Amino acid sequence: MPKLLTQKEALKAYRDMLLIRRFEERASQLYGMGLIAGFCHLYIGQEAVVVGIQSVLKSQDTVITAYRDHGHMLACDMDPKGVMAELTGRSGGYSKGKGGSMHMFSREKNFFGGHGIVGAQIPIGAGLAFAHKYKEDKGVCIASMGDGASNQGQVYESYNMAALWGLPVVYVIENNHYGMGTSVERSSAGPNYYGRGQGWGIPGEKVDGMRLMEVMAAAQRATDHARSGKGPYILEFDTYRYRGHSMSDPAKYRSKEEVEEVKIHRDPIDYFRTYMTETLKIKEAQIKVIDDEVKKTVLEAVEFSKTSPEPDPSELYTDILKEEAPLQ
Amino acid sequence: MTANQREDIPMTDSSLVTLTVREALRDGMAEEMIRDESVFLMGEEVAEYNGAYKVSQGLLDQFGAKRVVDTPITEHGFAGLGVGAAFGGLRPIVEFMTFNFSMQAIDQIINSAAKTLYMSGGQMGCPIVFRGPNGAASRVGAQHSHCYASWYAHCPGLKVISPYSAGDAKALLKAAIRDPNPVVFLENELLYGRSFDDVSQDPDYVLPIGKALIRREGKDVTLTAFSIMVGKALEAADRLAEEGIEAEVIDLRTLRPLDVETIVESVMKTNRIVSIEESWPFAGIGSEMAALMMEHAFDYLDAPVLRVTGADVPMPYAANLEHLALPQVESIVEAAKAVCYRS
Repeated sequence: MPKLLTQKEALKAYRDMLLIRRFEERASQLYGMGLIAGFCHLYIGQEAVVVGIQSVLKSQDTVITAYRDHGHMLACDMDPKGVMAELTGRSGGYSKGKGGSMHMFSREKNFFGGHGIVGAQIPIGAGLAFAHKYKEDKGVCIASMGDGASNQGQVYESYNMAALWGLPVVYVIENNHYGMGTSVERSSAGPNYYGRGQGWGIPGEKVDGMRLMEVMAAAQRATDHARSGKGPYILEFDTYRYRGHSMSDPAKYRSKEEVEEVKIHRDPIDYFRTYMTETLKIKEAQIKVIDDEVKKTVLEAVEFSKTSPEPDPSELYTDILKEEAPLQ
Repeated sequence: MTANQREDIPMTDSSLVTLTVREALRDGMAEEMIRDESVFLMGEEVAEYNGAYKVSQGLLDQFGAKRVVDTPITEHGFAGLGVGAAFGGLRPIVEFMTFNFSMQAIDQIINSAAKTLYMSGGQMGCPIVFRGPNGAASRVGAQHSHCYASWYAHCPGLKVISPYSAGDAKALLKAAIRDPNPVVFLENELLYGRSFDDVSQDPDYVLPIGKALIRREGKDVTLTAFSIMVGKALEAADRLAEEGIEAEVIDLRTLRPLDVETIVESVMKTNRIVSIEESWPFAGIGSEMAALMMEHAFDYLDAPVLRVTGADVPMPYAANLEHLALPQVESIVEAAKAVCYRS
């Protein structure tokens, strides 16, 4: 059994999960209003995964993921204003409006993207781990992918090198059961993604990604393993996305009943809320304070994302190359 | 072989020596690895085998397995790993056994290395060098003979270098390793064993990226080339001189950013230009050269820009067909005479 959380830890985790959910709900609204365009992949339903993992990370650790990245960024403590303003394509966004939903980064928070090519982030994550090992900074890289990306060849090229060289990387598979519109059953022969490192001796485990404390405990085991020099670790989280693959996906490949079933019986935030009130005896009033604070934070982010100006036209031709003089 | 016109070597440098391109590249990497702990070399056979083409000879012994890393045969994966290491604060040199295999990795080179600085609003940066032999070697057929100059030069966010002489190879590789951007460094297998007397031994000597070199001055026609084709252009210029045509030979050295100024200045003098490359004609470096001359030197041209390129076919294996598929001195002479209306 995972250890009990303190009230303070629980309130922070609840706040972080709720922030992601409320942020994404607002992003969905802004998309509907035409303020966000292009691809926008929402994280609603999967909140416990990133919040649980983030709770065990150390300051030098690095995080990289694919394009369903808003949750990861908020969990990394990136400013919701900067994330939302990037979604609206404004100069106050993390990438000055030049990256969009799928391409955001924060060197300050060790968040390395935000990558739009399915699976490409996985060898890059191994490279971040290579740098941790090379610099001997005791850091671990969390490299996340979905069940869809788990069938890309470069994932296995990365597993091989990470195992061969003992790289401190935790591969996180967020199995939300659908790679866009294709279910795991239709895409993967042998859907036990956690076991796919076996050939290289990489330990793996499958964890309920809707249960925050189980995520935390598994993340602790995995990062301890990687940090201690034993090499990579694979965590497969069984989770679910409530919305379509992206905003343009009506999700006709699954039934409404299937989605409702998860919402009612497995929702990570509802479950954790019950745990807080019943097991930790946290008062409703305390939770209400968090609810209000999150609402305010998100509304401020929305306001900022609307009022931050579009990038100056001169930004079209900046940031293509770093033009520092060669070091002499 | 003499690399003439070295006006860019400082007068204080009296230490020029003769080395092969292979040795010069090795020395360049070794000097930068001594200078900067974050520089490391990775690729297939770079360490214990001392390089498939022996370019990394001795580096494992000198720097150890932490900094000279043999990879599995997994170009897509190790190119991506290199990009991640660069994001993480290291300065990787990623060797492709040949650039033909970089096609396995081209997504990481372009989508991850080249575009991320822009997509991150200037936060990220990817100081990495992808290097290895490019273009035709000898009798290795279509899948091992491809020149990628125009492919990579097409992409904003990359720098693309393709040197000819040993001295340039060393000084430009050192510049590439120090550069904060992703650099594609296109070498040539047939040049590896060639010696040049222009190699600086000063570990602080680097060449600026983006500067062409006039290797032979002339007033009648400009010939532009890079890598092994510079040698062919110089040979062609010798022959043209016998017929009274003084060709100016420009070694482009860097393809992106291209030194348009030097080329235009030359064309303002010669009023004629022939672009030479071993890659295919369609959308190639020569096509770009023609467009640039229309934009920047139209009023100075006395003849249409001509391209000498590889044949528009996958590289054949048969000796006679391979010879026909590659630009030869004769075809350069012919093109130069054509733009001088002397054919």
